Amino acid sequence: MAEKTVPAFKDTPEQQQKLREVIDKNKELPGALLPVLHEAQEIYGYLPIEVQQTVADGLGVSLSEVYGVATFYSRFSLTPKGKHRISVCLGTACYVKGADKILAEVEKKLGIKSGECTADGLFSIDSCRCVGACGLAPVMMIDEDVYGKLTPDQVDKIIDKYIAEEGGSN
Amino acid sequence: METVHLKINNIPVEVPKGYTILQAAKEANIEIPTLCYLKDINCIGACRVCMVEAKNRRGLLAACVYPAEEGLEVFTNTPAVRKSRKTTLELLLSTHHKKCLSCVRSNNCELQRLAAEYGVDEDRFQSEKPIHEIDDLSPYIVRDNNKCIQCMRCVAACKEVQSVSVIGAIKRGFSVHVGSAFDKSLDDSPCVGCGQCVVSCPVGALTEKSQEDKVWDAIADPDKKVIFYTAPSIKATLGESFDLPIGTNVEGKMAAAIRRLGEDVTVFNMDFTADLTIIEEANELVERIKNGGTLPMFTSCCPGWVKFVEHYYPEFIPNLSTCKSPQAMFGAVLKGYYCEKNNLDPNKVFVVSVIPCTAKKFEVTRPQLRSEEAYDDVDVALTTRELARMIKRAGIQLTDLEDEDYDAPFNKATGGGAIFGATGGVLEAALRTAARTLDGDFKKIDFEEVRGPEAIRTVTYEVAGVKINVAVASGLANARKLLEKTKKGEADYQMVEIMACPGGCINGGGQPIRSDSVSNYVDYKALRSKALYDYDANAEYRCCEESPVIKMIYDEYFEAPGKEKAHKYLHTSYVERGKYYK
Repeated sequence: MAEKTVPAFKDTPEQQQKLREVIDKNKELPGALLPVLHEAQEIYGYLPIEVQQTVADGLGVSLSEVYGVATFYSRFSLTPKGKHRISVCLGTACYVKGADKILAEVEKKLGIKSGECTADGLFSIDSCRCVGACGLAPVMMIDEDVYGKLTPDQVDKIIDKYIAEEGGSN
Repeated sequence: METVHLKINNIPVEVPKGYTILQAAKEANIEIPTLCYLKDINCIGACRVCMVEAKNRRGLLAACVYPAEEGLEVFTNTPAVRKSRKTTLELLLSTHHKKCLSCVRSNNCELQRLAAEYGVDEDRFQSEKPIHEIDDLSPYIVRDNNKCIQCMRCVAACKEVQSVSVIGAIKRGFSVHVGSAFDKSLDDSPCVGCGQCVVSCPVGALTEKSQEDKVWDAIADPDKKVIFYTAPSIKATLGESFDLPIGTNVEGKMAAAIRRLGEDVTVFNMDFTADLTIIEEANELVERIKNGGTLPMFTSCCPGWVKFVEHYYPEFIPNLSTCKSPQAMFGAVLKGYYCEKNNLDPNKVFVVSVIPCTAKKFEVTRPQLRSEEAYDDVDVALTTRELARMIKRAGIQLTDLEDEDYDAPFNKATGGGAIFGATGGVLEAALRTAARTLDGDFKKIDFEEVRGPEAIRTVTYEVAGVKINVAVASGLANARKLLEKTKKGEADYQMVEIMACPGGCINGGGQPIRSDSVSNYVDYKALRSKALYDYDANAEYRCCEESPVIKMIYDEYFEAPGKEKAHKYLHTSYVERGKYYK
């Protein structure tokens, strides 16, 4: 029952209003849960417990069912994404070139695990399966930037660059 | 009835249309193994252990979901079938923590039995075993997902039977596991504690939280006086743990066995506080009807049902009878009246209730059951299964014992108290007493209309010119239907009896676990209930107010139902709990 690092949930009246509309629009349809979760993630960027409870209440299903669906599909995220999204490729080509070591280095640098977001909301880490740049393996993406032929010792510098842009130290 | 003809291993059978191959095979005296299928609860064709071959059908078929078709020729014991089942079992074992030696389900485990039948190599597939944290934070149920085979029976029992749905499948693929939303402990979830998940589990992934050791310690402690009492349904189910036929009444042997668990162990009859509940509850009902109190009045003896109302329907809390459950009343009577009368220190009296139920393990932790002097009314609530294990560990040959009586003064009780263990029983006992309160000449004893297997039963009785509408439901999904009807104003009941478990306490979450090769084919609930109704029919007293112990305790202590002392010791209050997490 380990707790992950998650920044506190905040929402706006507009987001609440939007979610209510989505629920009302779908609630009579069979299999409404999946489309509602899709739209809820669009609205909030992720699916925290508060949003899942609202969905469960609105659709008359239990929270454990909502959570089951939300954790089944990898496209759903339970944690917010950072301002900078780091994505380490763990596809076959990258993996044999040591991508696991790259990921471990990123996790060490930011003090969070894959799937989590730093408390200041700046960075989130995910792993992905093949970005289609196998010739550059191992590959990591930060936002739209691609970093290829990486070695673990380069990670520190790359991330520091983004921290410097934000004008702070991590 | 429309039927279909098919052959099972060349044996012709005729079965009703709609039967599955699994059901049809049983007609030919062939049992096909199952792991995920559980009659009336789970039918998802997921575990693939029930695979069979059929002529002109490609591949193997899952017998639990494949319909028996006209002309189908099924083969249940071919080399391909045996190989498939064996491989399936070996794959299940590849991630299973095989701790059979220390598992409480050893010898009553469906996976273990099939593994032996199919001669599996338990280590054929070596793989990384996911390590799951054991959830033992709740006071009633322990989940060890390292033993889970993901049959989803518990999930179905929680959702379909109980409409509670606090557990589900989480994640996917190799990471999939069963648990509560956000991987919280069951203790933090709005679980009602009924334990239907435990009695549905084919393996040792779900068990009651065992408290046998605490009881052994108390028995060994020379400063403690240990008092047991056994709930109405235990006499009808304990025998199953000793290989007696389902529905064997072992009341006398049970009393004898408990007495032999240690020196100076006292054993009382909890049917007495079932009687006491009726006296208080019938009085409360008459008061509510006379004084315009909140109606319908709901029974409050089932702690799973009470917790369900507290979590999901708090607006109905005023409808719950304020009477404590028989378990809780007995604790209060023992640490109050009994200690006072016998000059005993309540802190040195160790009270053990034997109950059919995991929710009662939760109930004894309710702060309402703690006295002002900070002792618990009930120290330990033991399930039927735990009592059976204690008797076995003590080497007591239960089946060979001569019948003995319970200890005085709480030895005598009525048939009305005994039928508390079956759905409809509380209401029937209450009707017997309430009708006689309203009309001194009332004769009817058997209210057969409120018995039986239907999910929801409603009856109207007329007593002394008063019409009483009553309803009975067991299984919380059925209770939910009744509540919704009541909420919409579509029902006008005066008294409603709800038991969380389908069939009542005889099918409680703490009862002996029947393997699916029994529960899929035998109506064990009916057999267990019959034992209680037979007991009632032959009882010396049948109406709760006739019990000499009841007369004694009101004369000596409580004066009259609802009076000050009765109110202090025998009534309680409820809290709103919220339908999400703590």
